Amino acid sequence: MHHTIQVQELVFKYPDGTRALDGVSFHIAPGEKVALVGPNGAGKSTLILHLNGILQGEGTVCVADIPVVEKNFARVRAAVGLVFQDPDDQLFSPTVFDDVAFGPIYQGLDEQQVRARVEHALHAVHMQDYARRVSHHLSVGQKKRISIATVLSMQPEILVLDEPTAGLDPRGRRDLIRLLRELPQTMLIATHDLHMVQELLPRTIVMDGGRVVADGRTSEILNDDALLNAHGLEKP
Amino acid sequence: MLSAPLSPPLMHIPDGFLSILVSVVLWIATIGIVAVSLQRVNRDLGERQVPLMGVLAAAIFAGQMLNFPVAGGTSGHLLGAALATILLGPYAAVLVMACVIGVQGLLFQDGGLLAMGANIFNMGIVGVVVTHFLYRTLRNLGSGKRWTIFVGGFASAWLGVVTASLITALELAISGTTAANIAIPAMGGVHVLIGFGEALITVGALAFLYFTRPDLLKIGEAKPAGRAVWLAGLVIALAIAVASPLASSFPDGLEWVAEQQGFLNNAHNAPYQIIPDYVFPGIGNAALATIVAGVIGTLVVGGVAFALAYARRNRSVVSN
Amino acid sequence: MHVHFLDPFHNGTSLIHRLDPRVKLVFTLAYIVTASLLPFGAWAAYVLLLAIVLSVELASELGIGYVLRRALLATPFVLAAVPLIFTVPGTLLFTFSLGAWTFTASLEGVERLLSIAFKSWVSVQMAIVLAATTSFPNLLMAMRGIGIPRLLVAIVGLMWRYIFVLVDQALRLLRARAARSGATPEMGRRVGGSIVWRAQTTGGMAGNLLMRGFERGDRIYAAMAARGYDGEVRAFPLPQVPLTQWFGLGAAIFLFALILLFSILIVG
Repeated sequence: MHHTIQVQELVFKYPDGTRALDGVSFHIAPGEKVALVGPNGAGKSTLILHLNGILQGEGTVCVADIPVVEKNFARVRAAVGLVFQDPDDQLFSPTVFDDVAFGPIYQGLDEQQVRARVEHALHAVHMQDYARRVSHHLSVGQKKRISIATVLSMQPEILVLDEPTAGLDPRGRRDLIRLLRELPQTMLIATHDLHMVQELLPRTIVMDGGRVVADGRTSEILNDDALLNAHGLEKP
Repeated sequence: MLSAPLSPPLMHIPDGFLSILVSVVLWIATIGIVAVSLQRVNRDLGERQVPLMGVLAAAIFAGQMLNFPVAGGTSGHLLGAALATILLGPYAAVLVMACVIGVQGLLFQDGGLLAMGANIFNMGIVGVVVTHFLYRTLRNLGSGKRWTIFVGGFASAWLGVVTASLITALELAISGTTAANIAIPAMGGVHVLIGFGEALITVGALAFLYFTRPDLLKIGEAKPAGRAVWLAGLVIALAIAVASPLASSFPDGLEWVAEQQGFLNNAHNAPYQIIPDYVFPGIGNAALATIVAGVIGTLVVGGVAFALAYARRNRSVVSN
Repeated sequence: MHVHFLDPFHNGTSLIHRLDPRVKLVFTLAYIVTASLLPFGAWAAYVLLLAIVLSVELASELGIGYVLRRALLATPFVLAAVPLIFTVPGTLLFTFSLGAWTFTASLEGVERLLSIAFKSWVSVQMAIVLAATTSFPNLLMAMRGIGIPRLLVAIVGLMWRYIFVLVDQALRLLRARAARSGATPEMGRRVGGSIVWRAQTTGGMAGNLLMRGFERGDRIYAAMAARGYDGEVRAFPLPQVPLTQWFGLGAAIFLFALILLFSILIVG
């Protein structure tokens, strides 16, 4: 069966020996929209960094049927769009255009194709008029949208987002959820925002202490008070 | 509001204060050293070079905005060359300082463009080289004990600032834009004090890092000095040792030397080489030329203003 | 909070704004080199240079007042040239005594001081116009255009992006310090601690900034690597400079050469 994300017995140790990931396994099918929840330090961010090879642990990780090993990094990184939590980390170029064009340029596209990709990606996040703008003049909500555009321009099969709604005001959050609902890609979203999970993501994976402690339908997991309490989560 | 207090203002040389020869020579030296640093850092850091150097340059830039009140409305600032060298090693520190000083000159006119080579040399390279030698020497002497970090940081930050100021004064004197016998002691004297501010802040920063992220203090140490750094250190030390006393002891400083050696060309020397009586017709000529130039200048500026006003009026007519 | 006031760029559509950034950068450098090469006391040429920079300011629609106000920033440095009044030999202007010393001012010394101040003044004005009419991304393009290595341009570009973020952090640290710098109501008690303590506190903030810089550097690297970055800096090829602007630049440099030639002939 074709799996878009396949993680098998993944273990990752920090240099000091702490196990950040302690045998994580799960599969995500094409088109699925999955939440990754759990307390701080559960290993969510560490796991995400394994999905395109920025961190490498023991065990196997495959995305879009490509094993995540050094020789495949270029293809893997084109297949998985990773959006980091702080847009000031994600947006490192002088202008919005440069940032959205960064991925396509490294994919080796020519100038015309890159421009078309940028236009398309900015259009998808409703920011088409901001190409020439300078990132630091934008609001947090706008920066988050541009951050998503910076990976959409690479036309990934999978979107992986770390805390997309953190730091947004209620309206910005609402707009962002609406945007995420419009996007057709397979999604894995690490978040503390269980309201968003309830609304947007049919499946939930709960992590704690570097392990997957629950994996199932969001409606069931969010109604399991014992589970939520045991892992420092709060019912929405 | 922000550009003024970025760092000790006496150190950023604006354009117009250095002769073309001094500017070009220092540009060439700076370009060479930055090019070598770029290569070395690329080898050591690889793909991480761009993000790390960029962010740390921004951090030093922002760090230079931090100040603390001393007395009488003056304040102490951070220049950062010593801190950068201790944390990053000499090559990366040269890159970071070059970026900081370059952006200050290009964007905020904190230091000139033609003088930028000299400014990067004085405030970046000199401080880095001084720190590299003094800090390592003290660390080795104290066989790497904890106190050597702070003593080494203090001493090298102070000496780096003082050395940089002496070299700045020397360059001005060679350019004929200040009197060496006054400027060198004056610049040196002021920066002996300013250097203490730099040294104290540097130690404060090192202490903070020592107690929160001691691993960061080891990065700069991992890289041994290359031959280029030793050579640069030797040249700088020689220049100061030979030139400073020489410049201060002659009645008219270096300029006198330069004149004797014929370094300064006629164009620079003309106004004071000619006996006053003979100057008279020359001055008459120059005065006339100045008046003519004034008329031409006024016409040009007036013409541009008129043309712009005309163009703008036409634009508004069209839009109406 | 956002630091906008750090960016010297003024949006506009003037002739100067629309010039190719490479042409502007080379023109500015040529102008400053000319000013630097002019002999001391070449007042005719100085006036022409002033006329040129004032014309450019007018054409840039920045407002001459703005440029002149900013140009004052370079003035403290003139102090360094003041001793020239007393050390350059020449026609006696005046003497005065201060304690045991006697100072003798010469006409030539004064002329040299004024020459240096003037050269510096017009040069800084041109540099201000460059920075105020050219957005930073365009300045980066100009830097690439004059042959600065891509790697260095990329570092400077990234630095500029994070100056705003880190200056924000620096200001937050300063505000936090100010918020806790209270004085006791008791009269006569010295406040603010010793100078050493104050310097150490400031140093701690600088260390804090650097530490966060290291951490952010790692995160940015991850964000770059996630989009395919492999250490090689890639960018689009630069567009051509329009032919008319080439000619304009050539003409300007020719004019500078003429001014230089005549002033050296007249004064020298």
